[in-house]
Amino acid sequence: MSKHTLSVLVENKPGVLARIAALFSRRGFNIDSLAVGPTEHPDISRMTIVVNVEDLPLEQVTKQLNKLINVIKIVELDPSAAVRRELMLVKVRADAETRGQVTEIVQLFRAKTVDVSPDAVTIEATGSSDKLEAMLKMLEPYGIKELVQSGMVAIGRGARSITDRSLRAVERSA
Amino acid sequence: MTEQAAAPAPHHAGPEPMTGAQSLIRSLEAVGADTVFGIPGGAILPAYDPLMDSVKVRHILVRHEQGAGHAATGFAQATGRVGVCMATSGPGATNLVTPLADAYMDSVPVVAITGQVSSKAIGTDAFQEADICGITMPITKHNFLVTDADEIPRVIAEAFHIAATGRPGPVLVDIAKDALQARTTFRWPVEAQLPGYRPVTKPHAKQIREAAKLLAAAKRPVLYVGGGVLKANATAELRILAELTGAPVVTTLMALGAFPDSHDQHLGMPGMHGSVAAVTALQKADLLFALGTRFDDRVTGKLDTFAPHAKVVHADIDPAEIGKNRAADVPIVGDAREIIADLIVAVQQEQAAAQAAGDRRFDYGQWWEQLNAWRKTYPLGYDAAPEGMLSPQQVIERIGQKVGSDAIYAAGVGQHQMWASQFITFDKPATWLNSGGAGTMGYAVPAAMGAKAGCPDAQVWAIDGDGCFQMTNQELVTCALNNIPIKVAIINNGSLGMVRQWQTLFYNQRYSNTVLHDGPENDGKGPAAGTRIPDFVKLSEAMGCHALRCERPEDLDAVIEKAMALNDAPVVIDFIVHQDAMVWPMVPAGVSNDEILAARDVRPDFGDEND
Repeated sequence: MSKHTLSVLVENKPGVLARIAALFSRRGFNIDSLAVGPTEHPDISRMTIVVNVEDLPLEQVTKQLNKLINVIKIVELDPSAAVRRELMLVKVRADAETRGQVTEIVQLFRAKTVDVSPDAVTIEATGSSDKLEAMLKMLEPYGIKELVQSGMVAIGRGARSITDRSLRAVERSA
Repeated sequence: MTEQAAAPAPHHAGPEPMTGAQSLIRSLEAVGADTVFGIPGGAILPAYDPLMDSVKVRHILVRHEQGAGHAATGFAQATGRVGVCMATSGPGATNLVTPLADAYMDSVPVVAITGQVSSKAIGTDAFQEADICGITMPITKHNFLVTDADEIPRVIAEAFHIAATGRPGPVLVDIAKDALQARTTFRWPVEAQLPGYRPVTKPHAKQIREAAKLLAAAKRPVLYVGGGVLKANATAELRILAELTGAPVVTTLMALGAFPDSHDQHLGMPGMHGSVAAVTALQKADLLFALGTRFDDRVTGKLDTFAPHAKVVHADIDPAEIGKNRAADVPIVGDAREIIADLIVAVQQEQAAAQAAGDRRFDYGQWWEQLNAWRKTYPLGYDAAPEGMLSPQQVIERIGQKVGSDAIYAAGVGQHQMWASQFITFDKPATWLNSGGAGTMGYAVPAAMGAKAGCPDAQVWAIDGDGCFQMTNQELVTCALNNIPIKVAIINNGSLGMVRQWQTLFYNQRYSNTVLHDGPENDGKGPAAGTRIPDFVKLSEAMGCHALRCERPEDLDAVIEKAMALNDAPVVIDFIVHQDAMVWPMVPAGVSNDEILAARDVRPDFGDEND
């Protein structure tokens, strides 16, 4: 199995997320992570879906997604030519004695301390899954009290945009 | 594909103030929907008021929403136009689930319109509320929830467009009651807003050339034809291509009639109950030329042993079907009619080149020798019934001979369906309606009703089983009251015949719950005793039909003739047939097509040793 990152442009309409989720579950495809949000165009939302499949099932995933009427475009992002980020908020046990060590780790990973209390600090970090995993490993000995993580978002490097042409299609039909 | 939206003359109207319900009916008129099958109820009630005044839309009041759905499907399959059904919210809508799933599996263009509770009540578990959009998401091509009356014309236009174009399929439009009641302004035409919907119809020229080259080089090709060829109205083109190349043709269950059964190049139907020649041709082929078909498991048998020596050209309108079950050497995405038309030209060029070079491309002579030998040794046939009894195959074969290939036949699901596919000669497109993918028992009567409503001049016969008939026969009331005189042949073996056949073959003749005409004390091993519950003759008469019964072979012709002569009401014939007939040939589920049995314990001799 290998991980693939799909950028999916969809119409910003009610029920689209349900259609995508239902399709994945019905066809037996596994989603590793999914993030949805607005784009530069109010009528278009963008999903970043990470799937863990071989190449042939991936082709089926893409083709079946494309059959959904509300899906406008699907692009697989090549990891070497894309910026991929996740956001993590983590609450770590830290008292007066260990706080200094924890903030040192935070700085090392260019993360941010966003909340401090006598027994814990809350850290905000963005980065690739590898970086976040590495940071978590360093924090684990101090005690992780709570962890929340977003799905991955990704964008291709360079000047080209995957939304340009799709936006024109939407504007034409509006 | 079928172009429903383009059929009626351009229709310009409005702006005109009216209610959402009036706008719905006007929109249906504008897209050319002239027949709607449905039942009213609370949430859809506003739409039924203006429907009463429409002179363009005929509403046929069915007895059960499932009947409305299958009728819309039968209408669409027989006419090539979008079938329409209508139901209220909650249970009305959920009763459409089976026919929608059925139409989805068989790619039939259907639009279902359902009422929904008022938009303010959605999500509150209101009376007769069901999330029908959520429920039908995986069994429709698309669905819409409309809560704004202004959206109704555009959504109706989009629904018909989506249903009829590309790979056709069912579309559901769920309209909240308050949207039907609200004031709005009707305008037509409306512009569709479907930026994500662009079906590819024009095939890629390079792929067409590659496909023609493979066909030229092949020694053992088969044109493997599916329902897409019928849906694309490509049967004339298919015949030209077949005759031009001289290649053998097999037509799947969904494609019967796409190529004449009586044509010499036709080998029959492939698959679980296909002819030995058709199944074996695919197994031994060096090229599968797949047109509008999807390598369904009922055709391929065990997939990794299917057609092991063959290269594959796979042409389909749905890119997701290509490579789904079997990898394609030459994939072609497009409309079957355009693909075959382009292929004809490409094949002609290949043939001219072959002639100029004096080589032996397109030479299938040896292949035909083999094919003809299989055809001759293993023709379709059946064992005679015990003395004095009717055999089901004989009944169906005789109906086909007497009624002819201009009639439309709708079958239920089971043994009778397979025998109808085998023993009726289908020579014309859109004359065979059945539930292929979903295998929906109870399909035949309502589908025949829909076909007859759409093609009133055609003779429409439902070939049904006694199990299937008991699921949806109430639509005969609809037929009787609305002057839809269909014929129904009940192939009555007193049991769920296909299930019984599997019990005979794979469950040691233990007939668990397959005896229909008797109580639990009957183990099904003795001869069919038959309580005649229900009495199909009395039942049909009660529903306003002519009813006949035929029990003896010597009465068969006379009964069929009598049924053909009665046209003032639906006719039901209860054919009492013997219960132990089985469908042959058969490839048992999950095994290789090489293991096809021509009859029980009879495996054809393919000369495998020399293979």
